Amino acid sequence: MSNNNAGPVVGKRTIGGYLLSVLAWFVGFLFFFPVFWMALSGFKTEADANGPPKLFFEPTTEQFSEVTGDTTGLLSAGEAFSNSFWAVVISTFFVMVLAVPAAYALSIKPVSKWKDVLFFFISTKFLPIVAAILPLWIIARELDLLNTRLVLIILYTAMNLPLAIWMLRSFFSEVPKELIEAAQIDGAKLWGQISSVILPIVAPGLAATALLCVIFAWNEFFLAVQLNPIEGSTVPIWVTGNVSTRGNFLAKLSAASTLATLPVIIAGWMAQKRMIRGLAMGAIK
Amino acid sequence: MAAVTSNSTREEQVKALQKKEARRRRLPLLPALLFTIVVTQVPFLMSLYYSFTKWTVTPPSPREWIGIENYTDAFTNMFFRQAAMTSVIMTLTSVVLSVILGTGVALLLDRKFFGQGFVRTLIITPFLVMPVVAGLVWKNQMFSAAFGVLNWVLNQVGVESIEFASKFPRWSIVGVLVWQWTPFMMLIILAGLQGQSSSVIEAAKVDGASPRATFFQITLPHLRPYIELGVLLGSIYLIQVFDHIVVMTGGGPGSTNVPLFVNQRSIGGGWRFGSASAFSIVVVVATIILATFGLRVLSGLLEGEEAA
Repeated sequence: MSNNNAGPVVGKRTIGGYLLSVLAWFVGFLFFFPVFWMALSGFKTEADANGPPKLFFEPTTEQFSEVTGDTTGLLSAGEAFSNSFWAVVISTFFVMVLAVPAAYALSIKPVSKWKDVLFFFISTKFLPIVAAILPLWIIARELDLLNTRLVLIILYTAMNLPLAIWMLRSFFSEVPKELIEAAQIDGAKLWGQISSVILPIVAPGLAATALLCVIFAWNEFFLAVQLNPIEGSTVPIWVTGNVSTRGNFLAKLSAASTLATLPVIIAGWMAQKRMIRGLAMGAIK
Repeated sequence: MAAVTSNSTREEQVKALQKKEARRRRLPLLPALLFTIVVTQVPFLMSLYYSFTKWTVTPPSPREWIGIENYTDAFTNMFFRQAAMTSVIMTLTSVVLSVILGTGVALLLDRKFFGQGFVRTLIITPFLVMPVVAGLVWKNQMFSAAFGVLNWVLNQVGVESIEFASKFPRWSIVGVLVWQWTPFMMLIILAGLQGQSSSVIEAAKVDGASPRATFFQITLPHLRPYIELGVLLGSIYLIQVFDHIVVMTGGGPGSTNVPLFVNQRSIGGGWRFGSASAFSIVVVVATIILATFGLRVLSGLLEGEEAA
């Protein structure tokens, strides 16, 4: 990233510049506050959480052990996390296996109508998922796939594939042409070419793309709740299960929400710069 | 052309080679293409077929072909029109607001100051939060009249508590969507700002252009493709919003959008598969109109790349 932005330097040491910095910090805390409050409330007792907002209190980890403990008849945390984990990891793996060669065929050695093909992939994201959920539910029922991890793996792969192809294509087009040509003269075959020349260069881009797929799949609720309400349920369903119509639940809900969001928040923090480069740069440069 | 002078067998050979090359280029694309076609287009075609039938699952009834009746019903159905309106308003307001706020925040972050990276990390966090969690946290811990932080703040300045999620269901949801998508827009626009050449801005300053004129006449036109990309990606995801609504209002007054509406009519309890399919096909057609516009934007983006 370049640091020679002209605008920012203006008024750096003036009072106006100082105020803008303070404003930036203030906005930062404003955006982060609900997440902070959620995590904080997870360490409260129900009595503390269900009352006027309290910043200082005696912290307890009681809610965390309660939400992770098993209650018969209810979806357990362990089950939900393992279902989510496998659905997310395997679908992301499939996305990458399908998207890497496809992105190659759309950028480095493009097929003749690569633009139309790319449009087709992106256009599938325009189809509202509600238009497909009914047939999907019927097909899944016919194939005995309702309430299985497999149905989510297949659909999360389809859901993330267009975005992954879009991002990978932009990373691939940044690979210097000379490098690929050199590999060709060496007689490297397609997979050899991809693995020995291209992959090392686009590795950071691959990681960012995979992370974005992980984020979207981990957070997905609609398909999971429609197709897997009984078994194979994932973390978002487990979170909503902590909302109770009887009695206080805010501290428990906060603890569950914190556990549910933590993996993806940390992953996103690590990948923030690259994610955006993949989304924005390749498309615009 | 040289080929004109060469004999025909040679020409055929070249053609065959070209064909082979084209096939070789297509090969890596096929698995992804076939998978996408099967998983996304087959259900769509089934929906299309169902939409011309009368088919109720509970109580079970045979599926019968009724032509366009479901469609005429869809267009006269007041609730569907309301849901369509809600979809349009919610998508539009949340996209526009998050782009405007995202631009503002990006401008704030595009300056060197102490803790710049840390503040950016704080701001992107909402985008990473699971939608159902975002909805639940805002509803119960920010908007709630009894224990909500927002109401506590309002009380301090002498305003009485408001149960936001039930009093203003639609705008409460839009608020949460804007909270989640502003960071996304900010990141894209920040990428644009950081790609802006500093010499142009310097030149404008030397020429005595006011910061406001510099922003509107130089920075904003430069940001245009980035803003378009943000609008495109934002619309794709925001038009499908479902999770936030389910956990915040369950579709309370003015907050049932089309995804929720179709769901209520089909596997969410209505079980009228025929008419629900017609509703979803109408949505698809409407989205295709939007998509045509979106793809044109996309096309512009790709052309820019070819020119470079």
